[in-house]
Amino acid sequence: MAKFLIRRLLSYLVLIFLASSIAYLIAASTLDPRGHFEQMQPPPSDQAIEKELNKLNLNDETPLAERYATWATGVATADFGRTIKDQSVNENIARKAGVSLRLIVAGTLIGATLGVAMGAYAAVRQYGRFDRVTTVAAFFLLAVPAVVVAVILQVSAVWLNDVSGMRLLEYGGEYSPNLQAGFWGTLADRVQHAILPTLALSLSLFAAFSRYQRNMMLDVLGSDFVRTAMAKGLTRRAAMIKHALRTALIPTITYFTFTFGILIANATFTEKIFGWHGMGAWVVDSIATQDVNAVAAVTFFMAVCVMAASFLSDVLYAWLDPRVRVS
Amino acid sequence: MSLSVEREATAPEAATPISGRWSSLVKELLATRRVMIGLVIILGLIAMAWIGPLLSPWEFDERDFGAFRSPPSADHWFGTGSTGRDMFHLTMVGLQKSILIGLCAALFTTVIAALVGAFAGYFLGLADRGLMWVTDLFLVLPQFLILAILYPLLRDSGWLVFVVLLACLMWMVTAKMVRGMTISLKEREYVLAARYMGVSHARIILRHILPNMSSLLIVDATINVSSAIILETALSYFGFGIQPPDVTLGSLIAEGARQALAFPWTFWFCTGLLIVLVLAVNLVGDGLRDALDPHSKSRT
Amino acid sequence: MTATSGTAAEQEQTGAGPGPDRAEPAVFEVSDLEVSFPGGRGNADVTAVRGVSYEVRRGEILGIVGESGSGKSVSSLAAIGLLPDYARVSGSIRLHGEELLGLDDRTMAKKRGRAVSMVFQDPLSGLTPVYTVGDQVAEAVQVHNPQTSREAAQKRAVELLTLVGIPDAERRRRSFPHEFSGGMRQRVMIAIAIANDPDVIICDEPTTALDVTIQAQILEVLKTAQRETGAAIVMITHDLGVVAGLVDRVQVMYAGRLVETGAVDDVYYNTRMPYTMGLLGSVPRLDQDEKTPLIPIKGNPPSLTDMPPGCPFAPRCPIAVPECDAAEPPLERVGGAGHRAACIRAGEIEANAWTARDVYPVSEIERNPVSQVPRADRETVLRVDDLAKHHPLMRGALFKRRVGTVYAVDGLTFDVREGETLALVGESGCGKSSTLMEILSLDQPQQGTVEVLGKRSGRMSNRERMQVRGDVQVVFQDPMSSLDPRMRVFEIIAEPLHTHGYSKERVRSRVLELMELVGLDRSAVTRSPAEFSGGQRQRIGIARALALEPKLLVLDEPVSALDVSIQAGVINLLEELKARLGLSYLFVAHDLSVVRHIADRVAVMYLGKIVEIGDVQSIYRRPTHPYTKALLSAIPLPDPEKERRREHVVLQGDLPNPADPPSGCRFRTRCQKFAVLSEEDRSTCREREPELRHRVEGAADQAAACHYADTEASS
Repeated sequence: MAKFLIRRLLSYLVLIFLASSIAYLIAASTLDPRGHFEQMQPPPSDQAIEKELNKLNLNDETPLAERYATWATGVATADFGRTIKDQSVNENIARKAGVSLRLIVAGTLIGATLGVAMGAYAAVRQYGRFDRVTTVAAFFLLAVPAVVVAVILQVSAVWLNDVSGMRLLEYGGEYSPNLQAGFWGTLADRVQHAILPTLALSLSLFAAFSRYQRNMMLDVLGSDFVRTAMAKGLTRRAAMIKHALRTALIPTITYFTFTFGILIANATFTEKIFGWHGMGAWVVDSIATQDVNAVAAVTFFMAVCVMAASFLSDVLYAWLDPRVRVS
Repeated sequence: MSLSVEREATAPEAATPISGRWSSLVKELLATRRVMIGLVIILGLIAMAWIGPLLSPWEFDERDFGAFRSPPSADHWFGTGSTGRDMFHLTMVGLQKSILIGLCAALFTTVIAALVGAFAGYFLGLADRGLMWVTDLFLVLPQFLILAILYPLLRDSGWLVFVVLLACLMWMVTAKMVRGMTISLKEREYVLAARYMGVSHARIILRHILPNMSSLLIVDATINVSSAIILETALSYFGFGIQPPDVTLGSLIAEGARQALAFPWTFWFCTGLLIVLVLAVNLVGDGLRDALDPHSKSRT
Repeated sequence: MTATSGTAAEQEQTGAGPGPDRAEPAVFEVSDLEVSFPGGRGNADVTAVRGVSYEVRRGEILGIVGESGSGKSVSSLAAIGLLPDYARVSGSIRLHGEELLGLDDRTMAKKRGRAVSMVFQDPLSGLTPVYTVGDQVAEAVQVHNPQTSREAAQKRAVELLTLVGIPDAERRRRSFPHEFSGGMRQRVMIAIAIANDPDVIICDEPTTALDVTIQAQILEVLKTAQRETGAAIVMITHDLGVVAGLVDRVQVMYAGRLVETGAVDDVYYNTRMPYTMGLLGSVPRLDQDEKTPLIPIKGNPPSLTDMPPGCPFAPRCPIAVPECDAAEPPLERVGGAGHRAACIRAGEIEANAWTARDVYPVSEIERNPVSQVPRADRETVLRVDDLAKHHPLMRGALFKRRVGTVYAVDGLTFDVREGETLALVGESGCGKSSTLMEILSLDQPQQGTVEVLGKRSGRMSNRERMQVRGDVQVVFQDPMSSLDPRMRVFEIIAEPLHTHGYSKERVRSRVLELMELVGLDRSAVTRSPAEFSGGQRQRIGIARALALEPKLLVLDEPVSALDVSIQAGVINLLEELKARLGLSYLFVAHDLSVVRHIADRVAVMYLGKIVEIGDVQSIYRRPTHPYTKALLSAIPLPDPEKERRREHVVLQGDLPNPADPPSGCRFRTRCQKFAVLSEEDRSTCREREPELRHRVEGAADQAAACHYADTEASS
């Protein structure tokens, strides 16, 4: 088991490193940091630009291989270089990763849990009112791109605030700047800011999971073991929950891994639209500012997230399904 | 032994066409209500997207200097944008592009996924490990980021390049499913039978394995249509997608979102059409799943 | 009151029948049960059960027999209230006089598992994969006795598991269902069923998916269970052989209705309904000295959506007369007390004392001239020498790792001559299918040689290989999965022809010719496999295999997935084809009953090795290896009298793990002979692997691998 885990982790590391490298190479060969400096007002002198580019390891006149070697050596010692504004990438990651992770974890937990619960219930009451309503809702939500969901939420928050004349919902930033309200006030402020982004992220997740769980549940409902459970004296409801749902959760774990990439992309959009300074917003900004090192760093972060999710779902899978355990 | 002696096939039987393996499938599909509704909506949208511009009194890049940001009227059915362009015409052209992007990207995606997945699952061993490793690598690469960086570089080559890029970053999950299915199909006795009668591997994959997961592929292709449209919207929203003078629903939404409250018509028409389009595609996909999957119990 | 439901007066008269005291009131009573399912999308409703009545008393065993689709399973599910909501059920189901029909789920749940319990057919999917078997048995205890503590329930679970014959139950209760074999899982199902001392146990084909040796064990367990609980048992099956020695009364169902009912001896010895005769005649019999052709019932059961007005069996009945189509015959009393049949010619059958042979015309199958030539002079079609196939044993789907080596095939040697059938027989997991796949792959085997039509596997040029592919064809077990569901029958049969470069016109004429050869309608080529029944599909598979005029046909359990009545038709077809086309067969089967009718020689396999091989006469008349004897003994006879008198050799346990075979003689762990040997003799079995040697004087073609083979003539 330990040997297996080490092998798995090693292959993860290789994948993560390769993904970051590919992102670095693509970014380094296509982005134009020189242009970024040239557009500055007032335009710096050519020497100044040259000096700055060399310092940041962004000079397009240095051979790509050499730049890559410098970057890779840095990464090997856990140093992702400097941003185009000459800040430490590592410090930026440290600051922004938490923001993104909070959003992703909260969104996933809320969306997936609600989705699974409602999907399972809809399946048990197939064609009932609840099933119809959730089906229509899920269908509609699945058809709306995450960006549009976020924008619509924002627009409705503005409208709601206008109508009520109060700032009920916040739709920009992670917290109110310069707020002096003590612990509880700060917390309330944070929650107030977090409601909409979390909702935006979890809505699409909820829709996808409720559909998927409903289908999985329907597949299991007619199985022989549910019949056996009822034949031994369980009521339909008890058999559903204890035997059908428990078994139907297993494929959902795999589904989670598959959707995680989309989730990360959605988190990016949500952060950007709601003005949270997380990794997702950073990547959009860094592409716009031709920031090669930041792009590579964000790729690294996202790759780590994907791998962590995949590892987590492997572990969950093994925990839920005795058939894959090594005895 | 008389069996090897050729016998004349009797005339009437020789005349009956022995074919039509898809006809029952089509019948089944048309009998599913959701598929029908979805198809009708999609066809309607296609008709609207291509015929609409012909009916519009305004040209694609014509500006009405008398009406900037004017609300919908008899003159401008969907109102006008900030530069006085007719929103109806723009939206229709955007709809055209979005439909094309969705369909083409889904087609490419499914073809790549089917081939990679089927070959990996059928041959297993080294080929499988190699292909799955590449698949994992693609899964780890953030597709949004790669597209955003790469596409601006290739934007001069037109929207088809964008579609290919999109497909290159969307095929992985389907490929994994196809692989899993292939592994189980490959042990089916009809595949063994074909192998033992001397049918070549490539032919087995194309004739036995892929057709038998056609339901998975068709359903997945439909889902990919909507994924592609949605991904394009997101990219366009951040300015990484299709670039002017081309418009898509995504780029229109991006522009409209900034003024959604003040000039709602610049936002809601294109958003509404996008939602209807994706909804219709999803309806078809969901209906297909039920119609094609013999295990599905959600059928009435 | 209709004729289908037993009246009190009639029940009085049935007191003469075997079984417990008839005066006792029925525990479980079903009368006039009707079940229909609404047809979706404008299809007609399906009436699966039409007026079925029965009652069982304490300690009594009732057998309900019928083909698939006869409504026997639906009626049992209705009895326990587990039909889907949309099913329409009418009639009456009474437990101790209390009406069960129409009770809500909560009340019904209290009865299920406590008063009425059920054992389902498929033990593979019948247990929840994510809970341990111990927990699942304990759950059955706790659900009806909520005050029982977890420990007490677990303790009771261990008792129950021990009772149904799970060795080392204390440890094995922690196993998950996937770690159990099919037979073991079925034992767990029985343990669950008897957990609360039910009054009635309904067994729905409890042994159908199992090997015959395991079937014999499960039947023993059921007898034990009945002894322990004193419950009434309703035993549902499609095989009249299985229930002959077990049940007190039999009811035969056809097209949702009872067509013959009565005490077991009456139904078996004084059969009055042609359908029952057909079912009896289609069971391969080992108790007859000469092999006689099996009796197939032609055609298929009627569609339950639009039933013809007359006797539903008339279209398949060899003695149907025009009056049969007039009205459905009522179930009327014939002959002995309680014996009733639904046939207007029952009186005639009784008067003329007709038997199955009189009713069903049986055509004698001609013999191929090749079979007259002595075996030694015939060409060798297939030669297998010291073949072995070992593959790594992996555990876990996610965390895969190698935990050992499976010795699937371990040194096999045999040959098949022209025009001959060699049957390879053994329990599942003995390596017989692996052997087939090794032969068919035409690759270099890991060990030993395979020579097909004089050409060695792995040493053929591509052209030779293709030629051999044409000469060796295969028919698979499962008619569901052996035909590509997306193809039309024409394409399926044409595939080998296309592959081997036949011209378009030749393909067409050949396909139509093949359809006729296997007894199918030519016009059916445009249909898809799903539109055919199991037996017909198997015929399509045979047609495909014959397309290239092969010399050797490899048959992988071609009939084990079929109902007995259909099985007989396919076996007869195979026999006829062999005679007409001079084919050689390598026939794999898991029991000896089917093989007797078709094989010339038999090889019995156990854990990758042949333990006994010889001509069919010698093997059946005088089996010398204890395993062969056990296999023969496990086959039930469709004859209640003989079956009751018979002493069964019931093998202990399952096939040992092929990754860790026992030392010396591999069979010793389950051997009935080993069990009675002296300690000294046993050590030979433990230490030395027996060779396959001729043991019997006068039987030149019989060899067994046993140190203590029975060489004296036995009955």
